[in-house]
Amino acid sequence: MIRSLLIRGMIAGALAGVVAFALAYAFGEPQVQHAIDFEDHLARLHHEPAGAEVVSRGVQRTLGLLTGTVIMGVALGGLFALVFAWGYGRVGAAGARATAALLALAAFVSITLVPFTKYPANPPTIGSAATIDRRTVLFVAMIAISVLAAVAAARIRRQTLPALGAWNAAIVACAAFLVVVGGAQLALPAVHETPAGFPADVLYRFRLASLGTNAALWLTLGLGFGWAAERRLAPAPRRVAEPAPH
Amino acid sequence: MSELAVDRRAGTAPAPIASARELLPFALLAGLVLMLLVYFVGAEEGALSLIAGNGVHELVHDARHLLGFPCH
Repeated sequence: MIRSLLIRGMIAGALAGVVAFALAYAFGEPQVQHAIDFEDHLARLHHEPAGAEVVSRGVQRTLGLLTGTVIMGVALGGLFALVFAWGYGRVGAAGARATAALLALAAFVSITLVPFTKYPANPPTIGSAATIDRRTVLFVAMIAISVLAAVAAARIRRQTLPALGAWNAAIVACAAFLVVVGGAQLALPAVHETPAGFPADVLYRFRLASLGTNAALWLTLGLGFGWAAERRLAPAPRRVAEPAPH
Repeated sequence: MSELAVDRRAGTAPAPIASARELLPFALLAGLVLMLLVYFVGAEEGALSLIAGNGVHELVHDARHLLGFPCH
């Protein structure tokens, strides 16, 4: 069962990687090109020699981008399936599709959205090579704190559920999550490396494209895996007529 | 409102799929390999470098930026 879910997660993840590629290519790549043009412009102003191209831009923005998003999709899809295999029937009472959708939403918020609000995605040109170690550590720390806070929030929801009821337990859990990640965002150091004169519109559109790319990845993964897991967990006869919600 | 309360069937939570003992080997092995994949797309030739040269970084460069990882 776990093996089967793992495979389904990786397949759904590969699909999610392709969807993420489509968004990144359509909305993100034009902004990446603007950023690189700006970098070249700066380099010319300072008479710096152009760096050697290991992989051409043409390959980077097509095959390279697709390779990256698909590998990331497969990896996150597999990890997603493992978390699902643990959480299904433990974290909540929802069915397979709803559990997968909620898990994907939680992953998007805690892995993408919350870290993004502190250390947002940056196009090339922004971010110095000298600080990459520090920026990587801070980024990973922010993700770790945010994910741990989400796990804690899920536990809080479950423990307060009998006393508070579903609505209030969810509010308390979300509030606890926000307090922890808000505190972490205040405590962690800021990173300001945008060079003077960098076009603000390009930065805004790039970050929006990055957010959309990640959202598309998690959305496709959550819905795709949920569909596949439901078929594996509850095959054949569809549940008979539940009363209509009206 | 009362229909809602009635409709919330008690004890309908699905049974867990796997015990911790069953999950552990998958979590360790697959988890490690999958995290390694995340690392190669997200951070190889950045803060750390496992494979000599710059090829991996350069190939997945755009994905790294657009997925939101720190880069330069």
